[in-house]
Amino acid sequence: MTRSRPVLLGVLGVLLLGAIWEAYKAFGPTDGVVVGGLTVLPRTSDLAMPHLITMFTRLGEPVTSAPGSPALWNAVLQAAGFSLGIAAAGWVIGVVVGLLLAMLMQRFRTAESALLPWVVLSQTVPLIALAPLVAGWGSQIRFGESRWQDWMSVAVIASYLAFFPVSVGALRGLESPEQAHVELMRTYAVGWWTTLMRLRLPASIPYLLTALRLAAANAVIGTVVAEVSIGLRGGVGRMMVEYASASSGDPGKPWAPIFGAVLIGLVAAGFVALLGLALKRYRRGEVVA
Amino acid sequence: MSGLSSDRRRRPRIETSTETGLAVQVTGATKVFSVARGKQVVALEGIDLGVAPGEFVSLIGPSGCGKSTLLRLIADLDQPTSGTVSVFGKTARQARIDQDYGIAFQQAGLLPWRTVAGNIELPLELHRASTAARRMRVAELLALVGLSDFADRYPDQLSGGMQQRVAIARSLAESPELLLMDEPFGALDEMTRERMQNELVRICAETGAAVVFVTHSIPEAVFLSDRVVVMSPRPGRVREVIPVDLGSAEDRGDDLREATGFFTAVSAVREALHGSPTETGAPARGVDNR
Repeated sequence: MTRSRPVLLGVLGVLLLGAIWEAYKAFGPTDGVVVGGLTVLPRTSDLAMPHLITMFTRLGEPVTSAPGSPALWNAVLQAAGFSLGIAAAGWVIGVVVGLLLAMLMQRFRTAESALLPWVVLSQTVPLIALAPLVAGWGSQIRFGESRWQDWMSVAVIASYLAFFPVSVGALRGLESPEQAHVELMRTYAVGWWTTLMRLRLPASIPYLLTALRLAAANAVIGTVVAEVSIGLRGGVGRMMVEYASASSGDPGKPWAPIFGAVLIGLVAAGFVALLGLALKRYRRGEVVA
Repeated sequence: MSGLSSDRRRRPRIETSTETGLAVQVTGATKVFSVARGKQVVALEGIDLGVAPGEFVSLIGPSGCGKSTLLRLIADLDQPTSGTVSVFGKTARQARIDQDYGIAFQQAGLLPWRTVAGNIELPLELHRASTAARRMRVAELLALVGLSDFADRYPDQLSGGMQQRVAIARSLAESPELLLMDEPFGALDEMTRERMQNELVRICAETGAAVVFVTHSIPEAVFLSDRVVVMSPRPGRVREVIPVDLGSAEDRGDDLREATGFFTAVSAVREALHGSPTETGAPARGVDNR
C-alpha cells in the first residue's frame, strides 16, 4: 500500500485542481476578480474558462471541420512526439555539455572561478533574444550535403536551458566525496581520471539525478518556447499559437496542445525516474559508525 | 609482498639504530602549517622515529600533538617542511606509489555504493589484479576479519564495528608490509573496541606487517604495541618511547588486560604523558587518560 500512496496522492492532486477550476467557474464572479483595475482572477465565461468536459470532448473531435481531418488527440499526440524528440536531443546535448563543464571546473579551480559566473549569467539571457541568433548562426552552417535544420536550432536552445542545472548539480556532486575518500584514492596512487570514474562520478549520482530531472523540465520548456520563437512547425509550441487564435469560436481547442506539453513533461520526468531506479545502489547512504 | 602466513612470528627485531631495512624511518621531521597570513603552527618538530619490520608502534598523546600529522607524513598525504621520511628505504612518495602500505582511518570510509566484497577489492581492482586473484583474496580477507557471510551486504547494513573490520580488510588487501592506522577504533564503543583490538593482534600476527597506530587510549596503545611513542603538543615532539613487552600474539588475550605487566605498562605510559607519577593509585581499566 505504501508504494501506491504517492501515485494516489498525485492523482488526488490533479482531481483537486480540476475541482477548484470547476468550483471557481461555477461560483466565481462573471467578470473575474478585479483589484484596482487589475484582473487578478479570470472571468468565468465559457470562453475564458471552458468546462473540463469541453476540453476533453474536444480532444476526441476532428481538428477542423474539413473532411478527412484527423482527431484532435491524434494531432496533438503527433506534435507531442515531435517536440519530445527535439527535447530529448536538447537534453542529451545539455547533459553532455553540463557534465563536461562540471568536470573541467572540478579539475581546475581556475576554470571554476572563470566559468561558473558565466554559467550562471548565461541563464539570464532571455530565450526570445537567443532564438533568432541561433537560427541565424545555424543557417551559416553546412555539413557536406546536409544543411542546418530549424529543429536543430530548437534543440540547441533546449540544450542551452538544460545544461545549466547539470553543470551546477554535477559540480556539487563531483565535489561531494569526503576528504577521507579522496585521500584514500591518493594512497592508492591513482590519477584524476580513475578517481573521477571510481569515486567522484558515483558519489555525484544523487546530485546528478536531481539535476537531470531539472534539465528534462528545462529542455521541454526550451523546446516549446523555441518552437514558437523560431516558428518551427510540427511541435506543440507552434500548435499552441495556431490553436489560440481559434479560441474565440472553439474554447476547448487551445487546451489540447497544453495537455500535449504536460504529457511530454510527464514522459521526460518518468524517464529520469527510471534512470534513478537503475542507479539505485548509488543512492545508499553510509551509516556513520 | 607476503601472503597471509601464520608462521611468521610476531616478535619483531626492535632496532634503534639507523640501519637501513627499517619499515619506517623518520629523521628530524618538522611540519609547519600556515594557518593565516603570516601565522604559523608548528605541528611537528624534530621527530626521529624508526619502526622495524613487523613491529607494532603506537603514537599516543593529547589532541594537537601532531600524531595524526606524523602518520600522514609517513603515508605521503602531507610532506614534511624539513627532515626526511623513508618507508622501506624509499621516499614516502615512492612507497605510496609502490603501494607499500595499507591505511585505515577513524571513519571506515567505505564506498556506500559498493558491497563489502566490492569495498575490499577496490585497491586490487584499481591496480588491475585479475578477477580470479581478486575473488580469492577477498574470500581470504573476509575470513580473516570474520565477515564471510556479509560479502554481499552494503556498508549501511553493517554496524560500526563491522564497517571498521571491512576497512581493515581493505587496508590488508594488497598484503602490505606496513599498516598505517589513524584511530581506527576511535568511533567504536568500548566492548567492540576491545574485541577489535584482540582481532588486530591476531591479524598482525598472521600477516607479519609492521603497524604504526595512532590512538588516544593508553590501554589500547599498551595492549597492542611493542613500543609506545608518547608525544607532547605545541610543538609536537616525541617525549618518550616506552617499550612494552607483553608477549607474543598467542599470549595476548582478554586475560592480559587483567595482568600486572599490563598495568605497569599503562602506568608507565600515563606517567610519560603527564610528566609525573599519578596520585590516583591503581589505574582504571579502559579509561582514556589523556
